[in-house]
Amino acid sequence: MDGAQETGGKERRRWMAVLARASAGEIDAHLAALPAPPPYIRLRGPETGLVMVRGRAGGDGAPFNLGEMTVTRCAVRLADGRVGHAYCAGRDARQAELAALVDAMLLDPESHSQVESRVIAPLAQAQAARREAEARRAAATRVQFFTMTQMR
Amino acid sequence: MTTPFPGFADPVLDGQACFRAVLNAMSRPGRVQQVIPPCELPPGLSPAAAAVLLTLVDADTPLRLNAGPDAEAWVRFHCGCPLVSDGAAFVLDAAAELLTLACGTEEEPQNGTTLILEASELQESTGWRLTGPGIRDCHALRVTGVPPGFVAAWARNRARFPCGVDVILTAGDRLDALPRTVRIEEG
Repeated sequence: MDGAQETGGKERRRWMAVLARASAGEIDAHLAALPAPPPYIRLRGPETGLVMVRGRAGGDGAPFNLGEMTVTRCAVRLADGRVGHAYCAGRDARQAELAALVDAMLLDPESHSQVESRVIAPLAQAQAARREAEARRAAATRVQFFTMTQMR
Repeated sequence: MTTPFPGFADPVLDGQACFRAVLNAMSRPGRVQQVIPPCELPPGLSPAAAAVLLTLVDADTPLRLNAGPDAEAWVRFHCGCPLVSDGAAFVLDAAAELLTLACGTEEEPQNGTTLILEASELQESTGWRLTGPGIRDCHALRVTGVPPGFVAAWARNRARFPCGVDVILTAGDRLDALPRTVRIEEG
């Protein structure tokens, strides 16, 4: 992997988002299909805290504090010095730790493709399927205002 | 902004133990305290100094640090503190001069700087004689590796009371403190 990914390239953002939405059990199940993960040490956390979520009304409204949400974060380091980070909503410390570990493994060019295809791809697929099923359920209850005016 | 060096193994308990060590050192100057340092350290920081930074420095305490880029990255990552050259609440800089650091004002003497001074040796044996609040008769403390002229500068620092600079001495995983009220005599 090139240096851009180390500092937060588009690719890394994508897999970190997938990991943040996956539960500890899901990540664990997919990791089990791979050879044993490399040894690592925890640099920080996993620790739970609050972050302020800011919002804006419309595209040009003034920013305001929407509310606080619970976030768990973790940073781990592999033996070769690669540092993985994870920020996850909620208070699942195991999820944050596993996500940070997988992030660090993805930074390693040797294990990247294997982890990408065996962990990230199935997780992303499951999440997309879940999202689509939900969208379909919501679409079934959609009200067509245009139709109603025609019916009058 | 990342660092390959970890913080405390147990952030809550190790941080509390280190806070207690600093509190004991401040209230009993001359009684050397031991701390539990992080298992790996960035180059340029002694174990005790690293533990003190993790314990006392956070986003609200500007820090003046001169211990190399690794130490700076480590402090930014684990403490999230602003690194400044002027107006710092804590100073860890071998080049810092005791009498040029901010010492607070008559109205707000608590704004005096705390200087973390790395010594090479810290022993409860003959060297300095410490007297003052928190010391019944006199405590003996042997300190080596502090800048020359430190004792003379300390006498002038003490004369500024209630303003002044407090010092935390560190050596290896041991620390001691010199609150601004303590009197140091050599010999």
